[in-house]
Amino acid sequence: MLWPHKDLLCISQLTPAEILHVFEMARRFAEINSRPIKKVPTLKGKTVVLFFVEPSTRTKTSFDIAGKRLSADTYSLTASTSSLRKGENLKDSALTLQAMHPDALVLRHQQSGAAAFLARRLSCSVINAGDGWHAHPTQALLDGFTLSEIWGEAMTGKNILIVGDIAHSRVARSDVQLFTSLGMNVRLCAPKTLLPSGVDGWPVEVVPDLTAASRGMDAVICLRLQLERQQAGLLPDLREYARHFGLTAAHLRLANPGVRVMHPGPMNRGVEIDAALADGEQSLILDQVSAGVATRMALLFLYLTRKDQTGEE
Amino acid sequence: MSGPDLIVNNALWQGDMVDVWVDQGRILRFAPVGEVGPVCRKIDGHGALLLPGLVDGHVHLREPGFEYKEDIASGLAAAAGGGFRAVLAMANTNPVNDSAAVTTFMLDQAFRSHPHGPLLHPVGALTRNLEGQELAPLAELSEAGCKALSNDGMPVSNPDLFRRALEYASDLGLPVIDHCEDPHLATGAVMNEGRVSGLMGLKGQPVVAESLHVARDILMAEYLNLPVHLAHISCRQSVELIAWAKQRGVRITAETCPHYLLWTEDMVEGYNTLAKVNPPLRTADDVEALRQAVRQGIIDILVTDHAPHADHEKEAPMDDAPNGISGLDTALSLSWTLVQRGILVLDDLCRLWSRRPAEIFSLRKNSLAPGDPADFLLFDPDATWTVTPQILRSKGKNTPCLGQTLPGRVRLNVVDGHTVFHDATVP
Repeated sequence: MLWPHKDLLCISQLTPAEILHVFEMARRFAEINSRPIKKVPTLKGKTVVLFFVEPSTRTKTSFDIAGKRLSADTYSLTASTSSLRKGENLKDSALTLQAMHPDALVLRHQQSGAAAFLARRLSCSVINAGDGWHAHPTQALLDGFTLSEIWGEAMTGKNILIVGDIAHSRVARSDVQLFTSLGMNVRLCAPKTLLPSGVDGWPVEVVPDLTAASRGMDAVICLRLQLERQQAGLLPDLREYARHFGLTAAHLRLANPGVRVMHPGPMNRGVEIDAALADGEQSLILDQVSAGVATRMALLFLYLTRKDQTGEE
Repeated sequence: MSGPDLIVNNALWQGDMVDVWVDQGRILRFAPVGEVGPVCRKIDGHGALLLPGLVDGHVHLREPGFEYKEDIASGLAAAAGGGFRAVLAMANTNPVNDSAAVTTFMLDQAFRSHPHGPLLHPVGALTRNLEGQELAPLAELSEAGCKALSNDGMPVSNPDLFRRALEYASDLGLPVIDHCEDPHLATGAVMNEGRVSGLMGLKGQPVVAESLHVARDILMAEYLNLPVHLAHISCRQSVELIAWAKQRGVRITAETCPHYLLWTEDMVEGYNTLAKVNPPLRTADDVEALRQAVRQGIIDILVTDHAPHADHEKEAPMDDAPNGISGLDTALSLSWTLVQRGILVLDDLCRLWSRRPAEIFSLRKNSLAPGDPADFLLFDPDATWTVTPQILRSKGKNTPCLGQTLPGRVRLNVVDGHTVFHDATVP
């Protein structure tokens, strides 16, 4: 497949065929990760800047490992190590980076739309590693890849429940787009204060009671509850939240046999997910992390070899 | 009387082609086309529409303090080219216009750059430094030349303080313009709360952030039997409250802007910071309610809420970009699109942009009858123009119209008998 996209900003850019192609590529790259020598020369000579304005450890590490395993040179910048700290605005920071001719810029930013903002102004590929509450497409792709490794072709028609703070979750928005695009049924469970405005118009079912919502599910994705939501008055306290929206083994007994549990991390054990459940045999949480490296290898490959494939340049 | 000192030939006035004779700042008479006039300065109107000079009851000219966004000279140049005879400039400058010193400075700057107009009427701060804590010296501001009082941009959330401000201002005969926004409901919002904000992952401002405050002001105005003018109304709920208030005889007047009559929240899609404005662009249903309201006079006047910003400020992610649309250059053309689409008629524009604002802000009236002040403009409705940064006279190039072709062009603007703008591109 000739990859037609310069940037990865959100899942709605991708067709179902393109999503499945990413899975296929990730599957091939996953094999490299199990070799004793985990490095291939595929992206030798390519430069990837990891520009993480919003702090993140796991996503940055995942991209860093993915790039290095493909022999790309990766450079890491954070808000505190960049000139943003000196009052430089995002546009100038990005143009400065661009002048050093990277092949791709991986951006994590606390503002929705930051990736699109840079993509319009930079000639290199921009990979959105999470922008505000808007999108986290690489997370959605790794979630989808994780499930496709289990379900294979049978993904269509599976029932997926996303529980927690949907309103402020870029993971939820991207997951909903990806799963519905592949023909899965998505159900959301959250108190109204944590649902996005206009959710009635989304292609999902909203079930506010977790017990009822768990019935008939094939996978449950728990979202991290940011502790500041309580300070913002969106919920009374963590204890009450955990009692009503924390996933437990009892919920899973109502789900379909073989139900899987996922979490994009980092977890608040005992809040959105029962502590033991996270380590249980139904948990895919660590598989997600492994899948993350393979998926990001696939994405770096697709976006960094795009020009060579199409004969541009 | 010495006879005309200016004759504007071939102007279309109420369906007739006329020559307008102007003498010493007054309209002398409308003469039939072709009548030989005395020797004096003559301007050919080429058949353009004659309109009474427009009044913009709500602009931000940024001086003092933010001259890189706009200054009084550039703002008034945009007003002149936009067909305005007068603008009311809000107090959120730096320093805030809460003293005679700042008011006088603004008037001096206006006189220096535009001695013949358009006129700048400063709006004084209602509370000191716009902080909403204590009253500004309202009588001092009145004496210095403020034509209205407002905490625009920083709504007064304390209802008791707002009540005292209304009472105190009423003794001065100055209208109070209130920006309706509940600070708790609007915290951190960058667009309308609804379908689009949910999809884009942006913090939305619900319409109740405005309408709740509108309801408060209406009840306060009724209780005190004092007038309140509501700034930049953006949604159906507010419109319906205002209609209710007017039926009860409450002394409420209200304004909205061309952008609320034309555009919806959809315009923010793609994180378009040029469409970031406060109150935010709402939904198609709100647009429809506002259109009806201006037609029926439930909303009394149109204003631009001209809010110029520098390019580098708008070239930022959504949360960082400031609110506001630069409006003086495009106001009449945008309004004309509403006439073209049959939503308004020509006389609505005269009412909304000239007659009613003059009444509300106690400016000199202007019905273009002989003896009235010679405040008028010529507008060529058949001309079109493409909005580019270069063509805008305002320093603020921040309008979603950039790149669009708009109908209608101001050809001539006369204030007090003085030509303050004449489009030299027409022979």
